[in-house]
Amino acid sequence: MLRIACPWCGPRAEIEFSYGGEAHIALPEAADALDDAAWAQYLFMRTNPKGRHLERWVHTHGCRRWFNVVRDTASERIAAVYQPGAEPPEDAR
Amino acid sequence: MAELARDDRLRQGAGISIAERPARACIDLRGDVTDARFVHAVESVTDLRPPSQGLAAASGLLASLLWLGPDEWLVVSETQASGELCARLRQALRGVHAAVTEVGDARIVYAVAGPNARDVFAKGCPLDLHPRAFRPGQCAQTLLGKVSVLIHQVGQDPAYEVYVARSFADYAWAWLVTAAGEYLDGSEGK
Amino acid sequence: MSQPNRTAAGGRIDRERPLSFRFDGRHYVGHAGDTLASALLANDVHLVARSFKYHRPRGILSMGVEEPNALVQLGQGAYTTPNMRATQVELYQGLSAQSQNRWPSLSTDVGAINDRLSALLPAGFYYKTFMWPAALWMRYERGIRRMAGLGHAPREPDPDRYERMHAHCDVLVVGAGPAGLAAALAAGRAGARVIVADDQCEAGGQLLAERFEIAGRPALAWVGATLAELQALPEVRLLRRTAINAYYDHNFLVGCEQLPGERAKELSTVPRQRLWKIRAREVVLATGAIERPLVFPDNDRPGIMLAASVRGYLNRYGVKPGTRVVIATAADDAYRTALDLAGAGASIVAVADLRAQAAGYLPQQVRSRGIEVLTGARIVGTEGRMRVDAVRVQTGASRVRALACDLLAMCGGWMPSVHLFSQSRGKLEFDAGLGAFVPGAATQAVTCAGMVRGAPSLREALAQGFQAGAAAAARCGFDRIAKIECPPTLEPEETPIDASCAFRGTPGGGKQFVDWHNDVTVADVRLAAREGYDGIEHLKRYTTAGMGVDQGKTGNLNALALLAELRGVPVLEIGTTTFRPPYQPLAFGAIAGADSGALFDPVRRTPMHGWHERHGALFEDVGQWKRPWYYPRPAESMRQAVDRECLAVRAALGILDASTLGKIDIQGPDATEFIDRIYCNSFRTLAPGRCRYGLMLRQDGMVFDDGVSARLSEHHYLMSTTTGGAARVLAWLEEWLQTEWPRLRVYCTSVSEQYAQVAIAGPRCADMLAPLTDVKLDAMPPMSVREGSVAGIPARVFRISFSGAPGYEIAVAAGRGVELWTTLMGAGERFGITPYGTEAMHVLRAEKGFIIVGQETDGTVTPLDLGLDRMVAADKFFIGKRSLARADARRTDRKQLVGLLTESPQTVLPEGTQLILEPHDFAAAPRSPVAMAGHVTSSYYSANCGRSIALALVKAGISRLGETLYAPLDGQLVKVTLTAPCFLDAQAQVRRG
Repeated sequence: MLRIACPWCGPRAEIEFSYGGEAHIALPEAADALDDAAWAQYLFMRTNPKGRHLERWVHTHGCRRWFNVVRDTASERIAAVYQPGAEPPEDAR
Repeated sequence: MAELARDDRLRQGAGISIAERPARACIDLRGDVTDARFVHAVESVTDLRPPSQGLAAASGLLASLLWLGPDEWLVVSETQASGELCARLRQALRGVHAAVTEVGDARIVYAVAGPNARDVFAKGCPLDLHPRAFRPGQCAQTLLGKVSVLIHQVGQDPAYEVYVARSFADYAWAWLVTAAGEYLDGSEGK
Repeated sequence: MSQPNRTAAGGRIDRERPLSFRFDGRHYVGHAGDTLASALLANDVHLVARSFKYHRPRGILSMGVEEPNALVQLGQGAYTTPNMRATQVELYQGLSAQSQNRWPSLSTDVGAINDRLSALLPAGFYYKTFMWPAALWMRYERGIRRMAGLGHAPREPDPDRYERMHAHCDVLVVGAGPAGLAAALAAGRAGARVIVADDQCEAGGQLLAERFEIAGRPALAWVGATLAELQALPEVRLLRRTAINAYYDHNFLVGCEQLPGERAKELSTVPRQRLWKIRAREVVLATGAIERPLVFPDNDRPGIMLAASVRGYLNRYGVKPGTRVVIATAADDAYRTALDLAGAGASIVAVADLRAQAAGYLPQQVRSRGIEVLTGARIVGTEGRMRVDAVRVQTGASRVRALACDLLAMCGGWMPSVHLFSQSRGKLEFDAGLGAFVPGAATQAVTCAGMVRGAPSLREALAQGFQAGAAAAARCGFDRIAKIECPPTLEPEETPIDASCAFRGTPGGGKQFVDWHNDVTVADVRLAAREGYDGIEHLKRYTTAGMGVDQGKTGNLNALALLAELRGVPVLEIGTTTFRPPYQPLAFGAIAGADSGALFDPVRRTPMHGWHERHGALFEDVGQWKRPWYYPRPAESMRQAVDRECLAVRAALGILDASTLGKIDIQGPDATEFIDRIYCNSFRTLAPGRCRYGLMLRQDGMVFDDGVSARLSEHHYLMSTTTGGAARVLAWLEEWLQTEWPRLRVYCTSVSEQYAQVAIAGPRCADMLAPLTDVKLDAMPPMSVREGSVAGIPARVFRISFSGAPGYEIAVAAGRGVELWTTLMGAGERFGITPYGTEAMHVLRAEKGFIIVGQETDGTVTPLDLGLDRMVAADKFFIGKRSLARADARRTDRKQLVGLLTESPQTVLPEGTQLILEPHDFAAAPRSPVAMAGHVTSSYYSANCGRSIALALVKAGISRLGETLYAPLDGQLVKVTLTAPCFLDAQAQVRRG
């Protein structure tokens, strides 16, 4: 079970959080102008890497805030947490 | 069973006491702590600045402000009437982007105190309540058994107050009494 | 009460406290401090089990966690537990255990025929034999299942209590042997929060089994002093009887604490087992090592034991498992057993050393006692039906000698217990000197100390422990460490073992077991390799080596070393199978903890729940909520009660507890913009004081939730959600606000639990409500909201209806819900007010064709499929909009919502019934496929319509209105006609208002 450092509440057990999938998948500005393939790409396709992954978590049973996490999907090491909308910290890229 | 007398909600043992606290005013307060007008308005009503630090609680004569999130606090008062406190906050926050919402009827508060209090919590709360990690005056939202709770440490002894949503209060009580079973007087094992 | 094998003195048992127990019905006596295994051995009971496959007589092999043979059924009735290792069961007064896998008895076991037939039962036997014909597999399986398994599970519910404990520490030390205690001491003295967990009832680890000295005194004196110091440190916690079973990510370890003695009595508040969930910043693994058995013909007879375990029974429990002892070894360590046993008066027949030379200090000592030491000596066979009585030894090419004995102690060196380290994803390395795997590079904050790291001596183990503990504490910031002096030990140098001797076995002769627990022999491994199952994972599946209760703790290494030799590759190249939790078996109850019965899942009750109960309501589970389902009067059937409730609402007045609906307070300057993006229909046109039914879609365009939202003022809304969707919808709103639209100035707050909400419905509702409220009801248009008071209680009054009948909903503070409800019941009496439950509510809304999310929808249904095209705004952005434009969402043959009328008005189709287009003769062609046209989503008898009604999702349903379809039901075909989804007053249709 992971130990995730909520940016607001500090390190907490994974059971307090919910996973929110890959981060930095922004809602396209002009969704209506996209063709079906491009829309499907946005809606369904994810990178699913082995290794470094930028992903979203929410502290469901804590402060209910969303944030981003840099996690290695193979080693489970968490390199950084950062605010939604921000870029991952330099040293965790 | 919300309407039944809750005065049987008291259990004690040498190292533990668990009791339901009387209803109190609880107000969910949202606002921007970097907005001086917001901070000033809250201060003018409660004499307290909303803590910006996670897990912090501010307590005064009138009320306490328990940190719930970076823009959310629980305003708690055992002496002020909820509606009146709410109205004063809304009045003071006129023109400021903020939200003042009464939630006192949505919460039940249990007091858990005594040397075994940490042992009881440890049976279902993943939070580290060791004195090196969690101190009097701090509050945290976490899990107790299968429900979300807000735990506020109110005393060194240690003493805690546990806020739980009204509909989960029966479960939380049963959970606390079960977890405390081995420390209670005349434990019936229920 | 004689215990023939008990020594006169010594050991850690309490000789003042005899405990009587039963094994297979016979009475015995042991002592406090015994395990079931040591007590049986004290009574000279070696035969304790029959083996899994061949039903061979088996005895106690080891002294600890690794035991593959001595598995017993412990306790009776609801308290019984199968497959308990006798070596890990602490003796208690009145303990009762049974042997397993034998019939009718241990000494006369019919299943032993399998041993004679073993030529017919090779590895992979089941795979080969029962493959064909496939149709018979079901029959084979029944027989195989009857033979499979060892003990039996209890049939009654588990009456014991269990619980979980969360714990946090700076340094977790696993194992309280010399290295573990040293590590704990170093970390504890530094001021760190330390947890030491050990699976035994007493700390000391291997020291309990030895006669070592530390600092010139018996090692256990050092253990005692160390424990005293640890117990005096406030931040050190010692968990005895706690096996750390699992090592997960981020230094999260799970252990199971066994509470001592007899299983707890019913109603006791003390649990039987406690599951510890420990989060440690640093972990020190001092998990020790397991002695490696030797492979030779008939190496499985009762009375053949691991040499260090024999020594351990003597030194720890005061039990001498035999009197005429042969020792077979590939390492110096077994000479300690010879010395200790000889010291206790046993006769050592000979030491048969597989190595060509045995010239170290320990062999010298043994020789100097006049004990014969044979070098280059192989065991080529053993004798004895229920217990070993002779060992055949061959030295070099010389004549085979038969040595009479009643105990054979064997030693193939030590195998570090790397299980937890491997679970932590640490890499393993192969130590050629030890001939075993040792911890390599770690991937978590973990260090190893002592025998698990292959420490060759006590001195080294202590030094490693101190070092690991101090370093771990320092990494946690506790570096104010007092100078730790490693106490001196006096130990002889040992000559290296010859591990290659351990696993090869001897050509010919009887069965040579590699894995006792699963009856896997050298021949099985050879066969598997020959047949191509020569990877370690294949070998495991094919032969079952390493499976079961012991998870191959004694057998794995010999199996894979043999496989490596057969393939001619280094052992490291073969690798190991994956080590998985749990390291030791634990009760399912421990995993469930206290989450059973009333605590299995929270039950949520509304403020008026007690009233409903007292008035005879039956309840329906809606998520975790208990909602009144219907209120039967005495002798009334469900159908009668629901009909009565439905008729009352349409004819007069009904009252429903609507408190469970989700309620979200939404406010801020951008609230309208936000809500407009969330709902697919428009809200910016909604005036303050008015309400609107809103439909929420997911990004893929499918219906996600619905509810009536009220605009309380310009920038303030109160959204309602489905009962089950309350938490989900709030999370959804927050997700969009926080991650996608952080610039929108909106705050959402859940007020679901703040209000008790009551729906009153029926033509008389205004007549009842008007005198109770200061709200001007006649000035309230449909779909509006007002603030005021009802029965003197501050309230919000909504003019909304989910039944299609005239209706209001009244919300008051939850604490006053009962007061409101009882006042309304009193005031409504003269109008015939009737409380109705969720079933009547469902019928009433279905009469009007109102959907229920989760009933008419299942995550694949768009608003267009529901015929709600008019709710899909074209002139704004909303979540899911783009997906509704996909070609697939526009298909005309999608499943669409329709009404269904059965040919017979009394037929109520079950929900979920499939619909087909053409009549099909199921009797004539029961197995031929039939195209499905759709399914029934809601189906009721409607008293108001005087007939059954149903809603269904049917392919291209909207274009099929008026057509007849068929519903297969109980072997018959029911004719149904498709209609518009509204069965009552279609003209007067006002959507939920």
